[in-house]
Amino acid sequence: MMRRAGSSFLRGSLALIFALTLWQGVVWLTGVPHFILPGPGRVALALWNNAALLFNQAGFTLSNLAMGLTAGVTLGILSALNLAMSPAARLLLRPLMVFAQAVPIFALAPIVTLWLGYGAPSKILMVALVTYFPVTSAFFVGLMRLPRDLEDLTHQLQARPLRRLMLVQLPHALPSLGSGLRLAAVQAPFAVIIAEWVGASRGLGHLMLLSNGRGQTDLMFAALFVLAAISLCLFLGADKLARFWDKHGDM
Amino acid sequence: MSAPPSLRLSGDLVLGGRVLCPDLELECPAGVWTVLLGPSGVGKSTLARLLAELPSPAHLRGGITASDGAPLAGRVTLMAQTDQLLPWADALANVTLGARLRGTRPDRARAMALLRDVGLEGAERQRPGTLSGGQRQRVALARTLMEDHRIVVMDEPFSALDAATRAAMQDLAARMLTGRTVVLITHDPLEAARLATRGYLMSTAGAVPLALPAEPAPRALSSPATLTAQADLYRHLLALPGAA
Repeated sequence: MMRRAGSSFLRGSLALIFALTLWQGVVWLTGVPHFILPGPGRVALALWNNAALLFNQAGFTLSNLAMGLTAGVTLGILSALNLAMSPAARLLLRPLMVFAQAVPIFALAPIVTLWLGYGAPSKILMVALVTYFPVTSAFFVGLMRLPRDLEDLTHQLQARPLRRLMLVQLPHALPSLGSGLRLAAVQAPFAVIIAEWVGASRGLGHLMLLSNGRGQTDLMFAALFVLAAISLCLFLGADKLARFWDKHGDM
Repeated sequence: MSAPPSLRLSGDLVLGGRVLCPDLELECPAGVWTVLLGPSGVGKSTLARLLAELPSPAHLRGGITASDGAPLAGRVTLMAQTDQLLPWADALANVTLGARLRGTRPDRARAMALLRDVGLEGAERQRPGTLSGGQRQRVALARTLMEDHRIVVMDEPFSALDAATRAAMQDLAARMLTGRTVVLITHDPLEAARLATRGYLMSTAGAVPLALPAEPAPRALSSPATLTAQADLYRHLLALPGAA
């Protein structure tokens, strides 16, 4: 286990070194001006010099991300359970769910900003919206797709619907919920940045636009790096949880 | 324990307008094992589903009646070919599943005693993934017994086990299900010869009663009567139209 973790760390580091070398190589070979593409050294320097600013802006983005995710995932789980329990809810909400998946939620960002303003609420709502749908639909599909033999068993044992849901359907659907969470973890950072681009006075996305306008490309890249680090951590967390759930249901 | 009823299954077994098995006239005596032997596709498992009141596209024209006249609903437990165990729950939680699903208080002491009776003492906290196929069927048997119904339907529950495990499971099931009306679906002549008091051979031409040894079940594997009956049952199976 330790060896495995160590070797995957080693492989990750190797890939990173390779990417940085490639990047520096492109900068040297093309002689592109640093305000178009700064080299890794410049970006590292910008990260160091603006650490406090970046930390501050990242805090705003991260807190919106966390609140939006919590709201979206919680509501998604509750909705899926409700849909699984109630045929009436399915009748009313299923078509809506399909419609919501066909519409690019990101396109709602200007409207959400118009309604909720430049502050945190519009960012939180955007994150909640893009995470709600994948979580709801993945979890719901898992809840409804009980294997035939377990279907027969719960029928035989004269299960009450709510007990059946909590004792059999829910544990069986955890791997599906895990894949929904993975999807949500990928979408959420997009949503928060797009919401900041549309209109914000703080945050990493706001900082990127600002530094772009001022020609501080190195700072823009530094902000992008922080954002990438946040996204990666989020995805790894969701992935770990999903893997744990996959294993728990393993035969 | 109230006396178990005998069962009577009669009429054509019909699936979507097509007769799977015509003119059934099956008597399953109270408190003993009745075996339904036959090739695949003749509707044995369908009959098991009908007996257990599980949703099925097929129906039996004459119906199924119990000798006490009461409906079968809620009085039959089905033990299926797969163990139907919840992979995330331990053996004890699987055995007490019925009570938990109905929202009644599970009798844990009884579940522990049943697990001990089926030879799984000490394995109560183990999940199905850590048990062998034979042990998993033992858990399934304990869960079946936990329901404590007078009528038990077994749909090839031992068919996926190796020969030695299967023989041991047959002895265990025979001992544990004593006094209940059991309907066993199987395609294994030896299983029929060991366990059944009454038997029918089902085919597309209908069901005919089988000759079984007079000695009480379960019969020893090595008993000449068992082996003669097994050979006899093979002969019947091979004589069916379509048998290779």
